[in-house]
Amino acid sequence: MRTDVLVIGAGHAGLAMSRCLAERSIDHVILERGEVANSWKTERWDSLRLLTPNWQSRLPGYGYAGDDPHGYRTMPETVAFLERYAQAIAAPVRTRTAVTSVRRTQEGYAVQTTQGAWRSRAVVLASGACNLPNIPSLAAALPAGVASLTAHQYRNPRQLAQGGVLVVGASATGVQLAEEIQGSGRQVTLAVGEHIRMPRRYRGRDIQWWMDAAGILDLRYDEIDDLSRARDVPSLQLTGNAHGRTLDLNALAAIGVRLAARLAGLRDGTALFSGSLANQAALSDLKMNRLLEAVDAWAAAQGLDGEVPPPERFEPTRIEAGPPISLDLARSGIRTVLWATGFRPDHSWLDVPVFDRKGRIRHDGGVVDAPGLYLMGLPFLRRRKSALIDGAGDDARELRAHLAAHLDGKAAALLPSAPLAQRAGIDLLMRSTMSGGMKLTSSVVSASTSST
Amino acid sequence: MTAVAEKQVNNGVNVEALLGAREALSKAPEAAKFNWKATCKWVSGTHSRTSVKAFYGLGQDHAHKSEFTFDLDHPEVFASEDKGATPVELVLTGLAGCLTAGVAAIAQRRNIQLRSVKATLEGAMDIQGILGIDSDVRNGFDGIKVKFDIDADATQEEIEALVAQSQKRSAVFDIVTNPTNVTVSVN
Repeated sequence: MRTDVLVIGAGHAGLAMSRCLAERSIDHVILERGEVANSWKTERWDSLRLLTPNWQSRLPGYGYAGDDPHGYRTMPETVAFLERYAQAIAAPVRTRTAVTSVRRTQEGYAVQTTQGAWRSRAVVLASGACNLPNIPSLAAALPAGVASLTAHQYRNPRQLAQGGVLVVGASATGVQLAEEIQGSGRQVTLAVGEHIRMPRRYRGRDIQWWMDAAGILDLRYDEIDDLSRARDVPSLQLTGNAHGRTLDLNALAAIGVRLAARLAGLRDGTALFSGSLANQAALSDLKMNRLLEAVDAWAAAQGLDGEVPPPERFEPTRIEAGPPISLDLARSGIRTVLWATGFRPDHSWLDVPVFDRKGRIRHDGGVVDAPGLYLMGLPFLRRRKSALIDGAGDDARELRAHLAAHLDGKAAALLPSAPLAQRAGIDLLMRSTMSGGMKLTSSVVSASTSST
Repeated sequence: MTAVAEKQVNNGVNVEALLGAREALSKAPEAAKFNWKATCKWVSGTHSRTSVKAFYGLGQDHAHKSEFTFDLDHPEVFASEDKGATPVELVLTGLAGCLTAGVAAIAQRRNIQLRSVKATLEGAMDIQGILGIDSDVRNGFDGIKVKFDIDADATQEEIEALVAQSQKRSAVFDIVTNPTNVTVSVN
């Protein structure tokens, strides 16, 4: 079978690209290992809601039309939303078609699937940012009798043995799981490494509204000075549950979650934690306040100061004087360790030499280091919002331009350069922040809807 | 760039060289592997003398411009002759030096002029541990407190950010806050 472009993955990114290709009448097919929105459907825990409000799930030619723009979608609602989108744009999806290999050919790519072989001139990798859970190697030293679970395997607290739970990682995933499991009557200890604290609402608006309106989510990958760091930053501590409530370490401590520092080792059944918790909390508070300052400056410049409530600053993260540095798992009743230590994409089927020494695809804003190969949906791929549902559209439009030029045989296709700063105030502020102080660019990564 | 970047700041740190090294080493990670060395000779009683001179890095052997030596001993309250700092004080010295160097380098990078930096360190220890009186008491510090007094051309929050970032990038902070495998052998 033959087409001009094969898109791998029918999630928000692949569908957005499909719509953009269709706008230019570019012949293409989407190969999907399961059903539309497969990862949202099968790899998320039960109570998860998107970390972005409904109004913010904007896809090319499609947006929110319901009566709860400020709510947060459940996973079934997210799946239904993407299914409706796939229908509305008549996306040419081949479901239950898992890609098993992608190879270069003379004229493009040969793609082997569980439903036959394809050839195309270009391939768009849109198979997700969170296919595989990261589990630190120290997990191998976990003693027998303690269950080990990844955030991908976790569905709800009923899966877990009665008894204590050590949740490792305090990004969006870790804090949400810690809250839910503590609420189920199991004592949670949360191992906290680098994390980014964020109020759910600020000055009467959702924090995502501020970041969107002020242009913070639009900051481009070619405008920041430490891109590899920005792409690795953990997701913001946010939840779509709890009606606009903030879920930070103070909130977790208030419901009885015990805070420990980064898990640094496991020896003889004892978990060893770093002595760095106070500094991790201080770094996080400083980053949050830096973002709030940027928001306040933008609000003042826009003349919003009379319209919205005045600036707020939140109580610093409370860390007890001597947080635990070791914990005997058996003696402290811990029966389960839950790894909320991040995710990575799975491109194991990509037989094209485009990987760096850490196994990541080499690319320039999604233009992969192989002609006609494109990447979508990863954190800070082309802009801060790239991993959000809301970020797929802009990235798809720009990558389509490059892809179309490639199909037309134009060797040096140019991507549109950074748009003129329409929101000059915030852009300048962000840049001076970058050169002068905290690395705001890397600290305020998009609250990835998929980094769950 | 902004006006901030045009200010002339000099903390005596060659940030351009450090950034250049970072760029170069990210492309040649093998060269980033260093080996630090120390040699310690017993003098008498609890008194010993450690010297440092050679180290390895960037794919070859190096040496300090001169050999540095450190006398280590215990104080008279431990019935020793107090010929040098205690080893645990040298650990505090290492932490202080590392964090202070970090503050200076990061300040330079962030265009913050430092006027004075003083770090005061305290390591609390219950010596029932080292004396083997109570097996529930550890040998090492219960905790370390570091207080910085910094006079700089910056806001309080910028100074706090300097100190936080310095901890984040510090080798000795990492060494004292995280477990490290130590292998001791006898020839």
